[in-house]
Amino acid sequence: MAQVDLGALLDERALGNFVKFFAGAFPPDLSPDFLGFLVKPTIETIQISILGTAIAVAIGFPLGLLGTATLAFRGILHGREIAGAPSRRLVRFLPYAASRALLSLFRSIPEFVWALMFVKGVGLGPFPGVLAIGVAYGGMIGKIYSEILEAVDPQPLEALQATGASRWQIVLYGFLPQAYPNFVSYTLYRWECAIRASAVLGLVGAGGLGQEIEISMRMFDFHQVFTLVIILFALVAGVDWLSARIRQRVFAR
Amino acid sequence: MAPVHARTADRYGVTTPSSRWFPYAMTAAVAVLVWWSARGTEVDLAMLLRDGPRAILSYTTRLFPPDLSSGFLANTAVGTLETLAISIMGSLLSMLVAFAVVFFASANLMYTGVLFEREQLGPAGRGLRVSVYLLAKGLLNILRSIPEIVWATVFVFAVGLGPFPGVLALGVHNGGVLGKLFGEVLENVDRRPIEALQTTGASRFQILIYGILPQALPHFLSYSLYRWEVNIRAAAILGLVGAGGLGQRIHIAVSLFLENQLLTLLVAIYIVVTLVDYLSAYLRSLL
Repeated sequence: MAQVDLGALLDERALGNFVKFFAGAFPPDLSPDFLGFLVKPTIETIQISILGTAIAVAIGFPLGLLGTATLAFRGILHGREIAGAPSRRLVRFLPYAASRALLSLFRSIPEFVWALMFVKGVGLGPFPGVLAIGVAYGGMIGKIYSEILEAVDPQPLEALQATGASRWQIVLYGFLPQAYPNFVSYTLYRWECAIRASAVLGLVGAGGLGQEIEISMRMFDFHQVFTLVIILFALVAGVDWLSARIRQRVFAR
Repeated sequence: MAPVHARTADRYGVTTPSSRWFPYAMTAAVAVLVWWSARGTEVDLAMLLRDGPRAILSYTTRLFPPDLSSGFLANTAVGTLETLAISIMGSLLSMLVAFAVVFFASANLMYTGVLFEREQLGPAGRGLRVSVYLLAKGLLNILRSIPEIVWATVFVFAVGLGPFPGVLALGVHNGGVLGKLFGEVLENVDRRPIEALQTTGASRFQILIYGILPQALPHFLSYSLYRWEVNIRAAAILGLVGAGGLGQRIHIAVSLFLENQLLTLLVAIYIVVTLVDYLSAYLRSLL
């Protein structure tokens, strides 16, 4: 089905192309002209990733809250009240099921396909890239946020309940403070992925470094491709380092 | 890490000055960054909120009804199977790549730690082992940091169009990713079984086979299954650069404004991705 033919990989022509590619990539194109030209797409890639992640949180956070079983209809917040009230249970279950379905739809369609559709919808440039990351990652962030919320330690919640705290107060002072470090940590991880994705989304015309990779590939200028991959690598490493620092701060409390 | 006195203070609910300003500083920094990004990408959020819902609604209505003609359904089925096949072959290849390299890329198997406590390596042997280790580590880094779509373009260039370059791209990129994950597993194995084997006089190779691998293999499999979930999404994408599967068909449908066909293909992606997610979660629960 996948038409795997390892012989074809090893035949002379393929190997020749391969060698040509990698030999052709050295050394990277570090001419001031090209580097200067890359400043804008690099910044654009960073901006797409930040705004995309922000939109993903704006989509994922509310849907994640709605899609959390222990907030919607089950567990400590509802134990006493809902027993024997099927209609009320249904009313609470419906938004839960709807937001779960929406989140699963968002994350099952890859960001690339979202980008293709948004490019058709709003035109070329960084905007469709931002939207694609926002929607696809919104689906993932919403799912993980709800998993984090469902896994919080129930003891502080019970303590709050014993003091007579309202449901809202239990959510604000019991659920969220426990979940917040993990929220931050996972969001940072998604940001790293967004950097990678926004560097590649340009292949379908969604701005950033990907567009330059595409152009250099088409022109068979592998020196430039090499430079672009190095920049991408540096960006990911930088974000990795920064998020490790932030994680340390958040979890050290 | 906060200093010890600060952590003790936190435990008793006393807020230290640094942890009091940190959340505000972070919130402010995030707000500024988002504002800067919105300006740079020329995203008009107000317009998006105003016109967005209507645009989404009109596009969504154009998607309906899905194209369910038997000819196109057959075409979709072929694309779906192709994507599934690419993801499976790519995952297998990546396991192979990672497994071949990872043992050379974990420090505790190569030159340091409990295996090497008793018999010290000579300077030449150690130097050789450290350089092999660094080479293997560097190779995994390179494989990993080049995105699969760039790999796919390279392989299309080398072996021509079709699913095969997609398989190679997934295998090579994810080989790097799995290599890193496998390496972390190897470096975190429980050292007690290793020490027990050492007292019986087992050789280093025997310790690897009977002490380390039995601990590591379930984690290897679990990570590989998790990467399969990632790969099925990537396989659907690789078609964009001519590597076959659903991605190629989606690219065509979007470019030619065949919205009804697009919906059928999106449903197919949704089904196959969800299926793989469930299957992988189920298989991992068995481990």
